[in-house]
Amino acid sequence: MNYLKLIRMYFKLGILNELEYRANFYVQIFQTMLGLLVALGGLSVIFGHTETLNGWVSSELLAVVGVYFLIGGSIRLVIQPSMARFMEDVRMGTLDFTLIKPEDAQFLISIRQIQIWKIVDVFVGLGVMGIALAQLGASIGLGQALNFMIALLAGSAIVYSFWLILATCSFWFVRIDNILVIFESMYEAGRWPVGIYPGWLQFTLTFLVPIAFAVTVPAEAMTGRLTPTTILGAVALAAAMLTISRLFWRTGIRHYSGASA
Amino acid sequence: MQGLLEIYRANLRINWIVQFQYRVALMIWMLWLVLEPIIYLSVWSSVARSQGGAVGGFTPRDFAAYYITVMVVMHFTQIWHMWEYDYIVRQGLMSARLMRPLHPIHTDATQNISYKVMMLIVIIPAVILLTLLFRPTFSTELWAALAFIPAVTLAGVLAFILGWCVAMAAFWTTRIIAINEVYFVMMFILAGQFAPLDLLPRFVQQIAAVTPFRYIIAFPVELAIGRLTVEQTLNNFAAQMVWIAVALFLLRFIWKASVRRYTAFGG
Repeated sequence: MNYLKLIRMYFKLGILNELEYRANFYVQIFQTMLGLLVALGGLSVIFGHTETLNGWVSSELLAVVGVYFLIGGSIRLVIQPSMARFMEDVRMGTLDFTLIKPEDAQFLISIRQIQIWKIVDVFVGLGVMGIALAQLGASIGLGQALNFMIALLAGSAIVYSFWLILATCSFWFVRIDNILVIFESMYEAGRWPVGIYPGWLQFTLTFLVPIAFAVTVPAEAMTGRLTPTTILGAVALAAAMLTISRLFWRTGIRHYSGASA
Repeated sequence: MQGLLEIYRANLRINWIVQFQYRVALMIWMLWLVLEPIIYLSVWSSVARSQGGAVGGFTPRDFAAYYITVMVVMHFTQIWHMWEYDYIVRQGLMSARLMRPLHPIHTDATQNISYKVMMLIVIIPAVILLTLLFRPTFSTELWAALAFIPAVTLAGVLAFILGWCVAMAAFWTTRIIAINEVYFVMMFILAGQFAPLDLLPRFVQQIAAVTPFRYIIAFPVELAIGRLTVEQTLNNFAAQMVWIAVALFLLRFIWKASVRRYTAFGG
């Protein structure tokens, strides 16, 4: 319960910090709406030329767009700002202040910085997913909904672990913020089901930069095209990634000796 | 004129050395430049396949030719000054630039040119790799291939001047990010980065024809893949020149007004 309390506290802090810059909220709404407009406009142009895109009909692709916004928004809301601050702390030696706190350091560095306005993306993602669901009809049963939740959780865990592994590298290489930008630009590819890409790119987006698990697999679950093997695979990978990133983090933290001393 | 050439040469050398320090950042820029065309190449190839092999006269191999050329033209027309000026103006760094006895646009121009030349080291292998992977078909005649060189050069000039006009917004507002994003979204759709303009709805095509964006990417690309007649090419060149003239006029006007507005902040 302590963890939940901490999460709530950091959220409150994030909100308080940002309330100073309320105009940013409108900028964020504007950016999100522009992004949504482009995404929906793009879909309507594409489905003006065809009925299906590699087997996906338009309302199913709408679900992909929804998941894309939801996951992307969540990453930019917590993970990305927290990891960026963590790497800055390693560089400046200010990580010491976190390490002496009586809570798990990995947990603290993962939730410490909240960019609250990015929550707009999360809500828009949920909204788009809702519309997609309504279009798909009431054919979605309890099993499918459950599958979707599992896939979404597994995908989030995989993406989080991936970020943690990259960020942990900063214990050895001080300047790696650039590497995180790679994820940002690769994430754009997740806007479309990875099945449309050539094999080598599918492989990259599945195993090297795990965007397929974050967006495509949950969307597949939602549209009922997920095989039990895929969902088991996603869960297994999530568990493995969480363990590996945890071990890697512990190795890294042992390596850390402070920068200022 | 002689003096300006000398300055350009010196600046080019400096930029070359400076940018070489940021190799990782350059690689990331590159990744983005290569990835985006691949995404939309894959999307439209999928559409073509689901329509029995072609959509709007484009087969997957035609799309490959289109998007590989888009990548090349995007490289030569890239601009990033609008992001820089936000920072420069806010931090009061503009003062130093204004003190120099040279219009600041020249510094940016040399930076831009040296980046584009230097990154050919990566662009050329990327083109070769993508050609091997996606097997594009070009139906380009010799005249079109030759005309592509001035077309892409003028496109680069037009993109640079327009981008610089947009960058001047930094003097007027601190919310430049929103303006930049609108600019890049228009570029994405109206310049043909998302799809060949022929595939867009008619009203979007009509809008594109009267904006400068078409002449920055779509025109050189369509020329290079052999989809334009001689007459269409000449018309497009004319429009490109007109837009450069308009942009130059705008630039003078906006620059004067902007500098007058500028107040330095900070030390």
